[in-house]
Amino acid sequence: MQELVHGLTQFARMNAGPLAFAVVLVALLPLMAGYLVLLERKIMADMQVRLGPMRVGPHGLLQPIADALKLLIKEDIIPENADLLVFWVAPATSVMAAMTALAAIAFGPGLQVARDLNVGILFVVGVSSLGIFGIVLGGWASNSHYSLLGALRSSAQLVSYETAAGMAMVSGLLLAGTLQIRGIVEAQRGHWWFICYAPVGFFTYLVASVAETNRAPFDLPEAESELVAGYMTEYSGFRWALYFLSEYTNMIVVASVATTLFLGGWLRPFASVRWLGFLDYLPPLLMLAVTAYCLVRVPQQPVAVQKWFLLAVAGCCALGAGMLAAPLALAPAKPYFAAVHGCFWFLLKVSAYIYVFLWLRFTLPRYRFDQLMRLGWQFLIPVSIVNVLGLGVALALADRWPLWASLAVTTLATLLIAAYLVRAGGRSTGEPAAAGKA
Amino acid sequence: MHLLDKALFYVFAGVAVISAVLVVTRRNAVHSAIFLITALLATAGIFLQLQAEFLFIVQVILYAGGIMVLFVFVIMLVNLDVALRQVQFNRQKWVAGIVVLALAAQLGLVIWTAGRIPGAGPGPNAAASPAPAPQLQPNAEMVARSLFGPYVLPLEIASVLLLVAMIGAVVMAKRKV
Amino acid sequence: MAEANKDDVLNRGAADAASYGTVLGADELILNMGPQHPATHGVLRVKLKLDGERVIGSECVIGYLHRGVEKIAEHRSYQQFAPYVDRMDYVAAVSNGLGYCEAVEKLLGVEAPPRAKVIRTILTELQRIASHLVWLGTHALDIGALTPLFYCFREREEILKIFEKYCGARLTTHAFRIGGLQYDAYDTLEKDVERFCKDFDGRVDEYEALLTQNRIWLGRTQGVGVLTAEDAIALGATGPVLRASGVKWDIRKVFPYAAYANYQFEIPTGKRGDTYDRYMVRMEEMRQSRLICLQAIESIPAGPILGKVGKVLKPPPGEVYHSVEAPKGELGYYIVSDGSVQPYRVRIRPPSFVNLETFDKMVRGHLVADVVAIIGTLDIVLGEVDR
Repeated sequence: MQELVHGLTQFARMNAGPLAFAVVLVALLPLMAGYLVLLERKIMADMQVRLGPMRVGPHGLLQPIADALKLLIKEDIIPENADLLVFWVAPATSVMAAMTALAAIAFGPGLQVARDLNVGILFVVGVSSLGIFGIVLGGWASNSHYSLLGALRSSAQLVSYETAAGMAMVSGLLLAGTLQIRGIVEAQRGHWWFICYAPVGFFTYLVASVAETNRAPFDLPEAESELVAGYMTEYSGFRWALYFLSEYTNMIVVASVATTLFLGGWLRPFASVRWLGFLDYLPPLLMLAVTAYCLVRVPQQPVAVQKWFLLAVAGCCALGAGMLAAPLALAPAKPYFAAVHGCFWFLLKVSAYIYVFLWLRFTLPRYRFDQLMRLGWQFLIPVSIVNVLGLGVALALADRWPLWASLAVTTLATLLIAAYLVRAGGRSTGEPAAAGKA
Repeated sequence: MHLLDKALFYVFAGVAVISAVLVVTRRNAVHSAIFLITALLATAGIFLQLQAEFLFIVQVILYAGGIMVLFVFVIMLVNLDVALRQVQFNRQKWVAGIVVLALAAQLGLVIWTAGRIPGAGPGPNAAASPAPAPQLQPNAEMVARSLFGPYVLPLEIASVLLLVAMIGAVVMAKRKV
Repeated sequence: MAEANKDDVLNRGAADAASYGTVLGADELILNMGPQHPATHGVLRVKLKLDGERVIGSECVIGYLHRGVEKIAEHRSYQQFAPYVDRMDYVAAVSNGLGYCEAVEKLLGVEAPPRAKVIRTILTELQRIASHLVWLGTHALDIGALTPLFYCFREREEILKIFEKYCGARLTTHAFRIGGLQYDAYDTLEKDVERFCKDFDGRVDEYEALLTQNRIWLGRTQGVGVLTAEDAIALGATGPVLRASGVKWDIRKVFPYAAYANYQFEIPTGKRGDTYDRYMVRMEEMRQSRLICLQAIESIPAGPILGKVGKVLKPPPGEVYHSVEAPKGELGYYIVSDGSVQPYRVRIRPPSFVNLETFDKMVRGHLVADVVAIIGTLDIVLGEVDR
């Protein structure tokens, strides 16, 4: 017994960093997901010429907390003849898969729970794909014909687009040469970000990840105006909140993977170019700019509570700027420079990627299920396979020709094949690829 | 640390064994599937503990994330009510019992003679610690090198086989519309 | 009683069903949609006979919003009945009012003065735009595009403000009177309409930028819900549904009423009669309505706004059928007068009711996900269907 305790304390001491980070992550993640929901509603409102949640807290900032409280105290309705074990396990599985996947993601040079995992990126992909069970079991446990259909459709969609996403990731991995997350990011330090070398791979991953997370335009299984109810229909209260949480956590996971593979992870733009070193000062300057903007707008607010709110926001941004500037200026904070600034850049890129997700949701209509599957199997998978082939050929030729030349040629070839696939797909369904006015 | 490794192993092994028992004793097929998933994931945990990372992730992605999804799909599409109401017959109890005893005896013999007969593997006195000291090279890389090096022919044959299976499945499932 | 007929209605497509084939072992199932459903645009109940995912038959059950409007008409005087017609197609109340007032004027043998006619035209065309905006927003929302709804309602807000300034009401306006108008154009009417029309073309371009060339939109609407011209005419479809099938028929051109004869405008038609063509026809109609408004406000004739009608209306015994081109199609009023202050019978021909008949023809062979798009493209208002 005492040996066990001794072993545990030794383990904790040796891995204090990752353990602390894990605790912070698990504690913060529901909050982050909740505020991501609020952010989505605000951005949706902005694109739809309206304001969004404004009542709960200044500018609706307490909305996620109000929603979480409401969902917690809601009555837990369980359908008759529902399988209780599975009904309970299903949402928990979704959340567990999504959160475990975050364990291997590096938010900064030392900010990772599962460090030195040689198969880092595969771990993320593999574990997040376990979320499919949450969906399928959830649909089945509801004891409703339509929920089951919706769940099966949703999981079929996920499985189809996982292949395309995996192949797109392979194109990034070809350039990195390693599966270790650290290695992938460090490989982008000397060169440009991999999105410049493998743009087709990036865009394939973007589309596939939108489908992976059941977001519009691929959200037929969970749309309200469709006939077949989604797998979440019979879940109410906090169980439904768990599904929602897992969806938004999946979005963060997928954005993190894309950032790591294609957007340079935690590296600042042009990480290895010395004369652009002044970009290191960009993060605190950005935060200071936001602070200044808030302070400028304070006098223009009509109501006192809004003035105080903006002052509070300005204060938080100033604090952030201070935290970002400290490693640059203060000697005792210098060792944390890489971690703090890396985390900032990483979160910035993840936010940009998620913004594109949100943008797509509000702009595009929804695909019908058969069109969705056709897009995945007849366009996206062939394009991603061809992309991997092309990239492999380009890298093989890299010792004869300069890399940019061989990459340009193979990317062009891939795009031509993609265009052909689009036309062929259009012709097979009888729709013209582009239509003018009737 | 050593103790922690042992404890972790017993946790994973315990989960695996209990889940495996539950797989065959549940009436409800979906429950069996869920417990099979946990058994597979526990096994994957053991692989990770043995620093066989590639095997761990392949177990998760292929077994738990691929094959089990297929199992669960099939279970859900089959009419379960009929199966539950059917009387399960069990006329081969005695034959099954004899076979189980024979297998158990064989397994027990193998474990007991481990290390006592030359060539029978590391004995019970061999350390329960993981692989010897030098750092394992990245598993995925080594597997890849061997797959695309000496074993490229079996790899290609296996891919062709899989392709044939996929095409066969599509052809058989296609409706005559 | 409805149950006895259910199987007849659903089975009449059995011959067609055979041509689509049934999957081995798949059951035919009857799926009920509505009457409470986010996508049925009101209290419409649709019973779908499905073979797997394909629809092989359908039956619309209506009457959930029946209020007995035509019976009420027999116990109201002609002027008293006028506000009731607004409540039928509550999305386009002004058109309803126009049809009714003109029908009674025909019965009386009175004509509205030219000034009244022009103002009526302006308001009706604005109402057409507003109705099409509602249609566009909700149709796009059903198909998954969340944003056009808000843009459309932003424009509709301007139109409703004009209506409010004119007659005090936004939705059920009761804007017209028998014989002309009660209110004259308020002083800034022309300016308001001109300002609206100036911005509106750019806004329609915005909607088109979001949808018209969008690959997903094309995939969801092209080839979906095809109605051939012969079928459309045989089933009595009117309005954009008819015109998208290729038939150039618009009451405003064929039997001009109000001041339409004075203005130049095009009648957009489609080619294939699918959902996409109906979408394009309605978009173009919005642009044409804007042109009519611009032409109309250039020269509103001066003069009286109410013709020579007495306080008590007692049309001579007789009957009249008058139809107008409402945003949804041909809205007809068949009024029978027996010489008293109350009509003997008012029969309303609602365009949505007749257009809904085409639903069964359009939906066969499509997937369940298309049903929502097809209901949306018909642009039905249950208030009109049920009366």
